[in-house]
Order: sequence, then C-alpha cells, then structure tokens
Amino acid sequence: MKQYQLSTGEKKFIGSHLLVAILALAVGSLFGPLQAFEHAGWDFYPYLKPFIKSYYQGLTVHGVLNALVWTTFFIMGFLTFNVIFGLKRPLKNPTLNKVGFWLMVVGVVSAAIPILANEATVLFTFYPPLKANWAFYLGLTLVVVGSWVEGWGLFMTYAAWRKENANERTPFIAFGSLVTALLWQICTLGVAVEILTMLLPWSLGLIEGVDPQLARTYFWFTGHPLVYFWLLPAYISWYAMLPKQAGNGKMFSDTLARLAFWIFLVLSTPLGLHHQYVDPGVSPVWKFIHSMLTFGVFFPSMMTAFTVVASLEHAGRKQGGRGALAWIGKLNWSDPSVAAQLLAGILFFFGGIGGLANASYNVNLVLHNTAFIPGHFHLTVATGVTLSFIGISYWLLPYLTGKKLWKPKWAVAQAWIWFVGMIIFSNSMHVLGLLGAPRRVPLGLAPYVPAEWNSRLFQVGVGGAILFVSGLLYLTVMLMTALNKETVKEEVEVPVAEAMQDPALSPVWLDRWAPWIYGALALVVIVYGPQLFDLIKNMALTSPGFRVW
Amino acid sequence: MNTKMHVDSYERNWMIFSAVMLVLFAAAVSVAAFGLGIQVPAPEQRVDPKTVATDPNSPWSNPGLREVSPGVYDAYILAHAIPNWEYLPKEITVPVGSKVTFYVTSADVQHGFKIQDTNANFMVLPGQVSKLTITFKEVRTHNFICTEYCGSGHGIMYGAVIVTP
Repeated sequence: MKQYQLSTGEKKFIGSHLLVAILALAVGSLFGPLQAFEHAGWDFYPYLKPFIKSYYQGLTVHGVLNALVWTTFFIMGFLTFNVIFGLKRPLKNPTLNKVGFWLMVVGVVSAAIPILANEATVLFTFYPPLKANWAFYLGLTLVVVGSWVEGWGLFMTYAAWRKENANERTPFIAFGSLVTALLWQICTLGVAVEILTMLLPWSLGLIEGVDPQLARTYFWFTGHPLVYFWLLPAYISWYAMLPKQAGNGKMFSDTLARLAFWIFLVLSTPLGLHHQYVDPGVSPVWKFIHSMLTFGVFFPSMMTAFTVVASLEHAGRKQGGRGALAWIGKLNWSDPSVAAQLLAGILFFFGGIGGLANASYNVNLVLHNTAFIPGHFHLTVATGVTLSFIGISYWLLPYLTGKKLWKPKWAVAQAWIWFVGMIIFSNSMHVLGLLGAPRRVPLGLAPYVPAEWNSRLFQVGVGGAILFVSGLLYLTVMLMTALNKETVKEEVEVPVAEAMQDPALSPVWLDRWAPWIYGALALVVIVYGPQLFDLIKNMALTSPGFRVW
Repeated sequence: MNTKMHVDSYERNWMIFSAVMLVLFAAAVSVAAFGLGIQVPAPEQRVDPKTVATDPNSPWSNPGLREVSPGVYDAYILAHAIPNWEYLPKEITVPVGSKVTFYVTSADVQHGFKIQDTNANFMVLPGQVSKLTITFKEVRTHNFICTEYCGSGHGIMYGAVIVTP
C-alpha cells in the first residue's frame, strides 16, 4: 500500500521550519561549549570581543536560540507534518499556517538584532528589572503569536477532518500533535500577559516600572509547560514511530498513550510555582499545592516509560531478541534515527529522576539555582528532546528533500558522541550543584570556588568539547545531506507503528476534546487564580529598568 | 462495539507502583515540611526598591547585624548590582550557636542568596523582603553567594557568615 503523499509545497513548508531550527541550533550550540570552557577556566571570550562582548551575551544567544528558537521551529514543523500525514488530508487553510510561520521568522529576527548588539543580555528567562531593548520583547511576542496562528491552522484542519470522518478515532500522531499545540495555546497566556502588560510598554517608556514578583509568576505560568511543549513531540515519536524503526514493533498501548497525553494537557500548566519555591512574595500554601500537582504530572511520564519500553521490547523480540534484556541488542542500532532516540531516552530517564528532586518542595532548597539545574535540563531538553529531534531529522530531511542521508555511520557516531559528552558534562554539573556551585556563573573566574570543585569543573569543559564535536558532526551530516547528489529511489517511508489493539476499540471519551479542555482551564483557574489575583491586586510597578551588563 | 479500556496486567502493576512511589515521595516531602519544619520562604513585607537603601526609616539604609536577645540576631542585608555587585554588609560575625534571622532585599535587579552548606537558599527581589532563620552550630565560615544572574558581575557577588567560638 502506498503511503499518503504530501505535496511538494507542503514538504517545502515543513522543510523551512527545519531550516530555521537547524540554523538556530548551529549558532546556539556554538556557544554551548564556550560556556562549558569558562567553567574549566578556558576563557575564549576575549578573542570574541569584536562580535560578542561577554560570557552573558554568549549565554543569552545559547539559551534563546537553543531552548526557544530551535525547539519551537522544529516542533511546529513536526506537528504540521504529523497532522497532515496522520489525518491524510491537506491543511484546511495553508495561508494561515504560512502567516504564522512568517510571523515567527520576523519575531526571531527582531529578537536577534538587540541580542547581537548586546542590548538584550538578559538570558532566556529575561527577568525584569533587567531591561532589554523593546525589539527583543516584541520579537518574542511575534514568535509566540506566530506559533498560535500555526496552531489555529492545525485545529481548523482537524475540524474539517472530523466533519469528513465523524466516527473515526483521531490517528495517534495527529492526536498527540493537536494536544501539544493546544497545551501551548493555554500555557503561553502567562508570558503573553507578562510581555504585553508589563515588559513591552515598559521598554517603550510608556510605564515607569514593573513588578518583578508578578513578572516571575507570569513567566513560570508558561515556563514549566514549555517543557512539555518540548517533550511531547519527542514522546509522539517514541510512542508511535520509534518502535517501527527499531524493529517493526507495534505500539503496546494506544489507549493509555492517549490517556497520558490528556493528563499532560490537564496537569502541565497548574504547577509552575514549583519554579518559585524560594520566591519571597508567593504563599507557601500554593507552593505546596503546586508541588503535589508536579508529582501528579510525573505519572503520565511513568506510563510513557512503560509503553515505550514495552513497544521497543516487542520490536526487539520480533527481530529474534531473547532474554530479559538481550532483546535490546536486537534493536536497529545501526539506523542513526534509532540510535539517537534510544540514547536520548536513556539519558532522559535520569533527567526525569533529577527533576523529581527539583520538584520536591523543600529538597529544592539544596538545589535551587545551583549548577544542578542546567545539569538537569541538559539531560531533558538538551538530550531527551534535542537528540530525539536530531534523530527524527535523520529520516525527516531525506523524506522532505528526496536526498539520501549522507554517511549514516557518521550520524550514528554523532549520537554516541553526544551521549558520552553529555554524561560527562551533566554528571559533573549535577555534582557541582550538590557541592553548592551556582548556575549562570563562569565558575573558572569566580572568587569563591573551593579547590574541591576543580576536577569537576575540568570535566564540564571536557564534556563541552565532546559535545562540540558531536554538534559539528550533526551540522555536517545535515548540510551534506541537503547538498547530496544521491537521491532516494522511492519516497522515504514514514515510520508509523500500528497499535497492538485496534484504536477503534478504545473508549470514545479519549477522543472527546471539550471535557479535557474545560478540565484543564478549570484547574488552572483554581490552582493559579487566587495567587495571581492576590499579586495583581497588590501589584506595585515600582522597579525601574537596569542595564547592568 | 465493545470499547472497554484495555489495560495489560503488567502495565496495571506498573501504574500502581508509580502511584505508590509518588505518594511516598509526597509524604516524605510533607513530613519534612510540617513535621521537621523545613520550610520555604513566605511573604514577609513589601518595600519600595527606589528608597529602600536611602530612606532613614528603612532598616536597609543601615544594613547589618542587630542583636535581639543573647544569641538571637536579625541580619538586614542589602543586595545590589550597582555599583559593584555586592551584599551590604559583606561579612557578618556571630558566635557559634547563634540563631540568625535574615531579612534580605535588593536595591536594583533580582539576586539570589545561598548560604553554603545550610538550607538557606532563596531569591532576592526588588520590592520584596526574603526572610529565613538559620542556627549556626559549627565554628567555620559559610560563604553566601548570589545564585541569580544580575548582570556582568554576578559571578563575583558573595559575602560570608563568620561563626566564631
């Protein structure tokens, strides 16, 4: 049976997302190792003075491009692909999606100019009263609004499909993508309100000051579900694509996968206060409630771990794997897309465990804003998510362009080098954090560093160097693939794993949107409402802006 | 059509295990918070960041250590990025066994305040006062360091609690 064909225009549109994403990763990742080298005391920034003025300008470039631009563009492209391919129908209104994409591009340019001019060295959290140039805030707004518009395009496409297929279950890859886009619409309200009511008018000189505590609360309303916006597309691939690629496996439980996505939609926003456990102006009662809900959102990740591993085991046994663990060796490790995603999943598991420590209310006192935190999120977003996206791109780019992947063995090596580099980097960052080392400090130059940190700081540098090699290798493979003269004979097969049980037999309530959406909104109002109401009622716009970099 | 929820028995057991584990973690955190009293900061007081360092009625116009009763102290500490990324005072000295309540605020941007090897670790925001009490039981020096990006001098911003015999 021939697979559903995307038009050339659709492939180009998705490919443009991939192009912007990889360009952002190329520049952003260049600065990653420079941060790591600073920890080891290898200071390269003096040589960059003509372009980049400081460690913190470099760190802003790294954080904004990698955590915000690479992820958002890759995700919107991947979701668009999944909706079209999953529903087997073109976008309802492709112009709307194009408008969304171009808004995002204009936003990135608008934010990049002040960052490169050293007028927005505020890191990717941009906590006021650090005050960036207005174009930075405007750019971020346009990126978010553009992603909303693209999301609306996907919802309209779903609505049209639903009319044509009243009794069908939504195919899983489309279902998961729509939930991800929906989650993003809800959670970005926080940062939208922060920028539009405070930061943008303030940077334009229309208001005198801001309320830093309220701004943080708006920010983290978006900041934690942002993590799930990154993660869920990787989960879609792990659930429904990876088992197929790894050995023609089936998805172990389609029903529970859907349930997990709904729980993510409901629980991922009303827990942002767990980033503010040690904020002075937030009630400990609400902090505690958010900590309990944070434990709750760990549950669907545990469900995911089971289903994904069970589906992979199915693949491994199908390839003749035996024993309790020996089937792992039978998975298709020579496929770079498989190797990258399996290795990403392994490190993500440890990232998840560290995340539980961060989430634990008072345990966080030991870890808050230490090097443990970047250590943690380099296992989650920088490996679980990023290395998975890299893995996806190893089949997606050949699929979109019709070009053969350039030197697949090098691509496999790239994934392993990332894996090794990240273990060294992240392990030493975790240990440093437990020893008390703060985050966001070039520790090689800090005056208070005790001798016992030195060997770990050196390892951070070594890990960064290894990751740099892996990053360069990835960019080389992507570039050479795009330029490859060798084309694929037939269109690359899109890996979609069937479910073991016919999805048509799953309960109807797992395909109803309204109750879940109302539930999610209601929980947000209940769990965020009182604290936000209190902070807004007592809002004091007393902090003028500072440019202290 | 039969659309019952199908859950494999291994999977059901895994879900029960996950739920029990998470409940145990939540219980451990709750016991630590309410049984052992390991608490996080609570809203204390709001101030005007523009005048907090200069208004003569503000304790942070004259930051430092005040003895409340023998062995019990209040420490008013001001964090600022301008002009040179420091805490005022840079050092406080207390005898071992002292119970010190810290009141920390910022005169400009956001900062952090982490006293090494203690449970004191909190954000310092302009307009807000962060309060936490610590008893110093060991003769040693604890550095306190800034844990939030506050401009180019973030990495040099620190001070110390010197605990004397």
